[in-house]
Amino acid sequence: MNRTALTIAAALLLGSAQAQDKVTLTVAAFPSLDSAIKAIIPAWNKLHPNVTIKLQAQEYADHHNAMTTALATGQGLPDVMAIEIGYVSKFAEGQGLDDLNKAPYNATPYKKLFTPFTIGQATSADKRFIAMPTDIGPGTFFYRKDVLDKAGVNPASMTGSWEGFIAAGKTIKAKTGAYLINTAASVNNVIIRTNLKKGEGIYFDDKNALLVGPDNARFVRAFTLSKQVRDAGLDAKIGEWSNEWYDAFKKGTVATQFSGAWLQGALQNWMAPDTKGLWRVQNLPEKGFASWGGSFYAVPSKANNKQWAWEFIKFMTLNQTSQITAFKDNGAFPALLTAQKDKAFSEAVPFLGGQKARILWRDAAAKTQPIDVNKYDSVAEQIVQTELTNVLEQGKDVKQALTDARAQILRRAR
Amino acid sequence: MSDRFSPPRPARSRWTYARAQQRLAPYVFTSPFFILFLVFSLFPLGFSLFLAFHLWNPLDGLGNWRFVGWENFALALGARDQFWTALKNTVWIGLLSGVPQHLVALPLAFVIHQFLRRWQTGVSTVLFLPYITNAVAITIVFGMLYSENLGLLNYLLAQLGLGPVRWLAVPELVPYSVGAVVFWRYVGWNVILYLSGLQAISEDVYEAATVDGASAWQKFWFITLPLLRPMMFYAFTLTIVGNMQLFEEPFIMLGQGGGSGGAGLTSAMHIFNTAFRDLDMGYASAMSWLLFLAIFALSMVNNYLFSRDGGREP
Repeated sequence: MNRTALTIAAALLLGSAQAQDKVTLTVAAFPSLDSAIKAIIPAWNKLHPNVTIKLQAQEYADHHNAMTTALATGQGLPDVMAIEIGYVSKFAEGQGLDDLNKAPYNATPYKKLFTPFTIGQATSADKRFIAMPTDIGPGTFFYRKDVLDKAGVNPASMTGSWEGFIAAGKTIKAKTGAYLINTAASVNNVIIRTNLKKGEGIYFDDKNALLVGPDNARFVRAFTLSKQVRDAGLDAKIGEWSNEWYDAFKKGTVATQFSGAWLQGALQNWMAPDTKGLWRVQNLPEKGFASWGGSFYAVPSKANNKQWAWEFIKFMTLNQTSQITAFKDNGAFPALLTAQKDKAFSEAVPFLGGQKARILWRDAAAKTQPIDVNKYDSVAEQIVQTELTNVLEQGKDVKQALTDARAQILRRAR
Repeated sequence: MSDRFSPPRPARSRWTYARAQQRLAPYVFTSPFFILFLVFSLFPLGFSLFLAFHLWNPLDGLGNWRFVGWENFALALGARDQFWTALKNTVWIGLLSGVPQHLVALPLAFVIHQFLRRWQTGVSTVLFLPYITNAVAITIVFGMLYSENLGLLNYLLAQLGLGPVRWLAVPELVPYSVGAVVFWRYVGWNVILYLSGLQAISEDVYEAATVDGASAWQKFWFITLPLLRPMMFYAFTLTIVGNMQLFEEPFIMLGQGGGSGGAGLTSAMHIFNTAFRDLDMGYASAMSWLLFLAIFALSMVNNYLFSRDGGREP
């Protein structure tokens, strides 16, 4: 061996060491996922001291708009991109994210480790798997036990059928003066996304045929029952994320709320901390199981550090300790099945009066069916909501509203 | 025309560094504007015109678009399209806020100019404050005023035994509630415009009228109004352009969808949603150009009305 070879070998070794020293991995995220990432970074740094995580956190809408623009132009993309459920199907249909089924990721064996319905959410129509799930939002039924007790209503009577739910609401209103629900539209929103037939999405089926219309029993029932709630004066006509909404939680003027399990954390931490012990949860009416939120991590095709991006994503999603750290940090419900078996899940939740709610949510998540997504879902959602308001506020005929909604969606879905 | 005033032309034959520098300097010094204009105005304009004739999901990346001809325009102009609802909302909110703005601002400016001259600076500062206040702060404060159960307005109504009124929830009321905010925000701006117009009117004219025995009302009607025409034209145009592009106030107050039944969904919001929520850039671009045409047409109508019988081109 001569000196030149030695020098080259040394240089190569040095070079690779230096390269390792200098890795900065950019991760773009939104609240409260950014908080979970911050909580997990110390553990990552211990394992990979040479890879610095640079977290770019923006508000929910800003983050997704920025990512849309970055994907459109191929400029300013992070190495790891967090995506919320509201955007994941749209991002999946685009061409800017790597297919994790393929090398070097080969993520196929990992899929069975997650709550099943999340995989479908992150898979495009042409079967590319573009993001790893990190947390999920099992849909659940919150109710104020004190209000129901005062009205003498058995909570179980509210889950058998929607008709039973409304009947209980009338009793609650008569006996306590409290409203059944924040807005009649909530009833619609649960009905249209639960108990779907196989191959059906919310608005389109897996053959891209539009389901919304006056002949679709699910939509007719959703609109009709919402209207019944409104006509009986059972809804407080309050929008979500408004001051009135928080006020209703604090004062107990609204008896029930459909939401993701994560609402418990929000109620406990800032919406209505003083109502500790007054809330309980149960499954949605008519054995409806629905996904209500969730977050994912993806690798842009033009990312600079794909290898480390993938290591980081695996660390966030497949590492049980990371998943539990996120859960303890902000209540992010783990998508990883083994993390759901952590002992924290069988603990009583003091805010829910000691109920072992997480077991209920875990079972609900397991029973949630994957819903077929369509890139025109957001168009359809907007139009359906507008027509529902016409029914509720202006007394428009249900069938006519759905006929109009159908015509409008068909125009836009091209 | 003599060439006396033009600078001597440098000889064309010889190139020297000093000469080149001298000749290039003006272009270099003005280039920042032109570069910024090119990048942030001209390019987006051209690109949106290009996109208006294409079907493009931005997530597919640059280049992955499909030419569709006039399809986007046809889609927007088709009967029952949301474009029309949004345009109708925009015009209605624009009228509800714009007309009272000028009906109040003009007399108010006149009164300030005539009777409150000593406090003019103070009064106009107060009136101008809403204009320079952050839209987010304004809409949050108005959100609290309008709040159904906790709001000040409904509290006052309750004292009179009325209400509660669902200001931001009943579709018919939404344009009024939003219009009131827009009115409040821009009335001061118009007062300032009219005040500056009034200050440009010579005192001599008023003195002459006083000598002739004109009343205050006659002075307003026969002197102030006609002489303010150019300023009115300017202020009207700004109101038309501004109101047709209304976005911030309803977006923050009512949310992305424009509130109950989309009653507060303006054209600009609809375009934004189409582009960034529905990811249909072509349709959004086409609507932007249609909105531009609508604004252009309204400005032309305004121009026509002002230049019609007054004789004097504003």
